[in-house]
Parts: sequence; C-alpha cells; structure tokens
Amino acid sequence: MSLVKPRSLLKSLAAASAVAAALGAAPASAANTFRFAFQGDLKSLDPYTLKETFTIAAHGAVYESLVTRDKDLKLAPGLAESWETPEPTRYRFHLRKNVTFHDGTPFTADDVIFSAERVRAPGSNFQTNVPADATFVKVDANTVDMVLKNPNPIALYQFGGWYIMSKAWAEKNDATKPTPVSASTPSYAALHENGTGPFVITEHQPGVRTVFRKFPGYWGKVESNIDEAIFTTIQNDATRVAALLSGEVDWVDPVPLQDQSRVSGSPNAVVVNAPELRTIYLGMDQASAELKGSNVKGKNPFKDVRVREAFYRAIDEDAIVKRVMRGQAAAASLLIAPPLFPLAGEFKRPAYDPNRAKALLAEAGYPNGFEVPLDCPNDRYVNDEAICQAITSMLARAGIKVSLLAQPKAKYFAKILKPAYDTAFYLLGWTPSSMDSHNILYEITGCRNDLASPRGTTNLGNYCNPKVDALADRIERETDQEARNLMIKQAYDVVQADWGYIPLHQQALAWGVSKKVKLVPRADNQMMLFWVSKEP
Amino acid sequence: MLAFILRRVLQSVGVLLAVGLIAFAMFRFAGDPVNQLVAPDTPYAERLQIRQSLGLDDPVLVQFARYAGNALRGRFGNSYQFRQPVSTLLAERMPATLELALCATVFALVVGILMGVYSALHRDGALAKLLQAVSLVGVSLPTFLIGILLIFLFSVTLGWLPSYGRGDTVRLGWWTTGFLTASGLRALVLPSITLGLFQMTLIMRLVRAEMLEVLRTDYIRFARARGLTTRSIHFGHALKNTLVPVITVAGLQLGSIIAFSIITETVFQWPGMGLLFVQAVQNVDVPIMAAYLLLVALIFVSINLVVDLLYTVVDPRLRLSVRRAA
Repeated sequence: MSLVKPRSLLKSLAAASAVAAALGAAPASAANTFRFAFQGDLKSLDPYTLKETFTIAAHGAVYESLVTRDKDLKLAPGLAESWETPEPTRYRFHLRKNVTFHDGTPFTADDVIFSAERVRAPGSNFQTNVPADATFVKVDANTVDMVLKNPNPIALYQFGGWYIMSKAWAEKNDATKPTPVSASTPSYAALHENGTGPFVITEHQPGVRTVFRKFPGYWGKVESNIDEAIFTTIQNDATRVAALLSGEVDWVDPVPLQDQSRVSGSPNAVVVNAPELRTIYLGMDQASAELKGSNVKGKNPFKDVRVREAFYRAIDEDAIVKRVMRGQAAAASLLIAPPLFPLAGEFKRPAYDPNRAKALLAEAGYPNGFEVPLDCPNDRYVNDEAICQAITSMLARAGIKVSLLAQPKAKYFAKILKPAYDTAFYLLGWTPSSMDSHNILYEITGCRNDLASPRGTTNLGNYCNPKVDALADRIERETDQEARNLMIKQAYDVVQADWGYIPLHQQALAWGVSKKVKLVPRADNQMMLFWVSKEP
Repeated sequence: MLAFILRRVLQSVGVLLAVGLIAFAMFRFAGDPVNQLVAPDTPYAERLQIRQSLGLDDPVLVQFARYAGNALRGRFGNSYQFRQPVSTLLAERMPATLELALCATVFALVVGILMGVYSALHRDGALAKLLQAVSLVGVSLPTFLIGILLIFLFSVTLGWLPSYGRGDTVRLGWWTTGFLTASGLRALVLPSITLGLFQMTLIMRLVRAEMLEVLRTDYIRFARARGLTTRSIHFGHALKNTLVPVITVAGLQLGSIIAFSIITETVFQWPGMGLLFVQAVQNVDVPIMAAYLLLVALIFVSINLVVDLLYTVVDPRLRLSVRRAA
C-alpha cells in the first residue's frame, strides 16, 4: 500500500505546477526583461574581491563610485556631485544629497571613509584603486577631503572601480573586511549587495544566474528602460551564439571570430565591434646571461638591439590583423591603446621588412638565425595561440626557429610571472588599470633590478633603461597635463628606440547584440546595464 | 556475510583514499590558482599572501592530510572562485544533475528497449535496418557534437526548444526541480536526449541480441506450439527474459551518466555538478575538483558494492564461496 493516494498526489502536483506557472508568469508579463550571457561567471558580489572587467561592470549596476567614467571613458561625477583641488595634495568631494542605499539608509561621508578603509584592507583586490598614502577626512556629512602625501595627477583615475559600500550595513552583517580568498566562512557581502545604484540584485546563484531589478528609490534618472535583467553564464561558444540567434538572450560576450559573419547575417542580432583597451604584445628576455631554451650558448642574442629590431621587422602585423584576427583588431605602435594617450597619433608602427630583418640578424652574428622558445596562452586572448603560430612561421622566414609552447592560462601565468619569470620570449596582453601611461612605464618598462620594489613586476624580460625610470618618476608627480604628456611621449620614444617590446595590436571587443537592444560599447569592454534599452 | 561486507567497505575506503591522493598529486599540474583569483596587475606581495593563506606552499602530502582530515569531518573547504563552502555549491547543483541523469536513463531505457524489440522481431525489415544504422551513429558521434547539432536544429532553426539552461525551477525544500514547470520540462528534452543517446543505442543493441537469442530457445517454440498469442510470447515471455542483463547494464550505466554528464552540461550550460567541475578545472579551484572527484568515486564504489552484494543474493554458488573464504 502506498501512503499517498495516486489521485491526491496528482492533485498536489497540479497545484504545485499552477503555483509555479503563476510565479513564472507574473514578472514576465509586466516587465521588460533583458537577458545577457557572458562566458565567465559573476563570482562574488563583494565589490572588492575580484578586479575583472565583467565583474566590475556587473557590480556597476548596483554599486556606484564617487567619480565615474562616462561613455567615452572621461571622468564624470558619480556619488560626488563635484570636486575641487584647493591645494595639489588635497581633493575635496561634495557628495550628492538624497542618495540612499538599497536597504534605505542614507549615503553620507562616513560611508566614503569606511569604503576607503575597506578597499585598501588586506584581502581586497582593489587596493591600488585608491592611493595608498591618501587619508580621508570628513568635513561635514556631505563633504569629504582626500589628503595626499605627494601631488598625484592620476589620483582619481581608478576611482571608477572603487564602489562605495554602506558602513552601517557592513557592520550589521559582519562584512567590514573584504572577502578574502581564504575565508573560512562565506562572507555576507559575497552573496548580497547593498549599493546605491539604479538596480538591485534580487537573486544570485553564483555561476548559474543573477537577477537584477530596477531600484525604485534611485536618486537619478536612468537612461535604461528595462525593468529586469537576467544574467547567465554560457561557457560554450557554440551554445552562447545559438542562444543569441534563437532570441533566448539579448546580449552575449564574446562572439568568437569565426561566428561573427553568421551572427551579423542573422535576422535577430548584430555583432558590435569596437576597439578595446588591451594591447597584445611580445616581450623578450633581455636579462639572462644565456637565453633559456636557445641553441645560442654563453650569450643572450636579445641583449643585442639589432636582434630585437630584426624580430620586430620580421613580424607582419598587418597580416596578423587581416588573417588571424579577421580584421577585428587595430595594429599597435605603442604599449598603450590610443584612446588612453592623447599623443598616440604621433607614433607610427615601424614597417614590416623581412629583408632588413635578415640583414640585421646577419650583422648581429646570426646569419643562419637561432632557436628560441615562445610562451603563449591558448585560452586568454582572442585567437592567442593562432597569433603565436603565425609569428612562428613569420620568424621562420627570417631564419629564426621558434618552438611554440601554448598552454592554458593557469599553467602559462604560473610559468612566466613573478617569481618564476621562466620565459625567453612571450606573448602577453595588458590593460593599464589606471587608464594611464604611468602604469605601463612602471609595471612593464620599469627596471626590475630591485626585487623588493614593485617596479617592473610584469617586465618579464627585464627590458631596462634608466632614462625611462627617471621619466616615469617625474610623470608620476607632474600635474601639468601638457608637460606630462610630452614626458610620456619621450619615454615611449626611448622604449621604441631600444626596440624594447614588440606591440602587436588591440583586439576588438565583439558583443553579440539583439536587434531590439540599444547599448553603449565602451572601449574598456564594460557593458553597463543602465545604458541598455530594449524594445519591449 | 558480515565479514564479506566489512571487507568490501574497507576496500572502498581504500579506493577513495587512493583517488583523493592521486587527484591531489595531479592538481599540482593544473596550474597556479592564485593567478585565476586576482587581477593581472595585483602586486606580488599580495599574491604571496594569498598563496600562504591558502596553504599552497606546503608539500602535497601535508596538503592532502589536511584535506582528508577536514573531509572526514564533513568539511570540504571553500571554493576559491565563489568563496562559498564546496558542500553548499555541490548540494545546490546536485538536483540538476540527478534530474538530468534520471531523464536520460528513462529515455535510454524506454526508447532503447522499444527499438531493440522492434529490430529483433523484424530483423530484415527496412525500418529495423535503419534503426541499426542510426544506432551506429549514436555510438560513434561524440556527445558534444550531438548536443550542438540538436541545438542548431531545434533551437536556432526551428525555435522549438531552449538552447541552454534549466528553465524555471521550483524549490521544494533544498531540492530544486524542473519537473513542475513547462519551461523546465522543455529545457530537459535536448540535454536528456544528448546524454542518453549513447546508452540508448547500447541498450537497443543489447536487447536486440538477447531477444534474437531468446526467440531461438525451446520454450518459445513450445509456447508457439501451445497456441499462445504472438503478443504474449514476445512481450510476456521473450522480453521478460532479456531484461536481466539489460537491468544490470542500465544500473551500471547510471553511475557513468551521472559522472560523465560533464560534456552535456557544458554544451547546454546545464547548472549541474559536471559544469561546476569544468569551471573549477579552468580556474584551478582545487577544493571543488577534489570534492567532485571524491563524490564520483563514492558513487562508483557504492554502485559496485551494491552490485557485488546483489550477485551473492542472486547466485547461491557465490554465497557459498564467500562463506568458505571467510
């Protein structure tokens, strides 16, 4: 005998499905829902846990920063209505009034001071977004001063990623410290949000789906006309494109290069391409006495500037853009993307010249070339492995025998980054998180001779010219923008004359967007929900 | 008998420990988790601090002992990427995987048996030959390709079924089910077929072969002589006798359906344990990888244990030999 009569079981099933149908139908009929899918996850809701483009953009729908970036990446007022610099080391922020957090508590100067502490606490991945030497002082409930030890022309450049959290809320929920990786218990802030932004998160299942709803108490006017946004991870390229083509999602990132023409040819969707800020480049080991994995023994050919120029000249970047990237990239002459440096237009990429490359190699004493291993990721950048393969064959024509080692990023980064620095020749991509050249001149072209100093941490091949370091130090302090830009140009000129790096290109962002949707493709690849509108 | 069970349980524990140790040794080759956890421009000092706090600098054996000790007390640690307990994440994902596995198995059994019976009864018919050919395709095409083909046909071209995800789910206690909503049921169709296709063709071929065998036996001939209806001969007598091996195979395959739903879940973005595992591998999320591998080992070990015990129940000769050995 079964305990449940079949008929009553059926009844309860019917009731349950009726409830479910009602639950499912209610929001769908009223709301204008925007569905978006990315290849990766939205891991933690704690805005200080992971500095990653998509995560920052998603948090940007619910959290806001003091100073933000507009559609052209220019600084714009956020929670700070305005700011001034009464003296070079003091910034005064006038906070917006009548702003409330999602839980109803008003936004005040205390929240700014609390957030400034929290973002620089151990476990935060955004420590460098706020200058380490800055102290925050409350002037009154709606005014905050940031006091610096030294003048800093780019002090506000990274404020866009520094979201303001509520002090009272964090204290109530035991979330005053950023959620560190090794936390033994999950932090409340990792699973819940309480920002001031135009959207609230009503459901968050990490790695599965996250639901955003409009925040009725938002202080400003919102451009977007969507009531609800549902985020899903779709990892598989083919499935992601299929979901877009069948109309199940309205936005996907990225669309693989080989699928772009198919998406553009479909009735439902288009591909939105815009240049991105990340520069893909090649680096050469100029530090080791002997080149690792090479057949040249007892010396390092990359120490010879002629060899570096030969490598630069032997690579046909136009062909890479045209064939490997199918036109979806812009050849680069600098390590920084042109939108981030006003004088970028004055630089020209040295021409591809295979004959000159051969001559230079012969002059340097390698008429028959030499062997060198190339480290390359195969799941990090657009077509990364294919780029490396193309470079391998281009260099082969100049007599350089490249043995390519392409691996997944988890293995690749462990091999090449500090402390291993185990590479002779590598491909890497870099976006300056400050959106300023100083980051590049310090991190990538700065000498890495002093191991204790963070200068040159990502200068894997240790390209080193003291002139660049001296300029970088002046650039860090110079507040006159025009003079500063000229110094930056000077520094890039030195790097170019040394043939220190081989910039390749900026890849293009490739969003698949439903034809019903209008949005803003910002060059930092951040898709902001509050600029999205959709025909219902 | 008790000694036999005890011995098998002890062996199972040994297997689990071995799986854990091998898995841990292999994680060293999966790469460095820290790079997946922080931004590329994270200062080196911060990276070092994270490495230390995760205990990544300790020798593998120390890490393993610490992990095994915690696991015995039911603690599987926190996921590096989600910063949530692994046990919570797995429990959240388990219903999705189990429901998918169940549907795939039911699909494989029902369709497989029907097709098998049909092709045994009409072994020279055109349809039977076609089914044989189709089953060959099912066995030889890789799962991800089948999944993508189905998506392109039924989601993109025809627009009948969703291409990804689980649809709307209903929460019943800690279990979330897709069986109670229309979109949940629709979402189940394509992944179930993809996951169950291989098993279906396997069962179909098995039923067909067994059925042909049984149809040649004396008691079928006698049943015919007695004038029983064809229907009762085929389904009442012949099919029943072919089912014993089918049930054994289907039971064993259930374990592999659960364990190897990884590919199907990746193609359909099915929010189950397999997908969680794939994401964990890409991000070197060691706690999730370790817990998942242990769970799969546990499923296989339990199924094998049950099968071993069932054999001794079914076959008296085995029971005798067990007793003698003990």
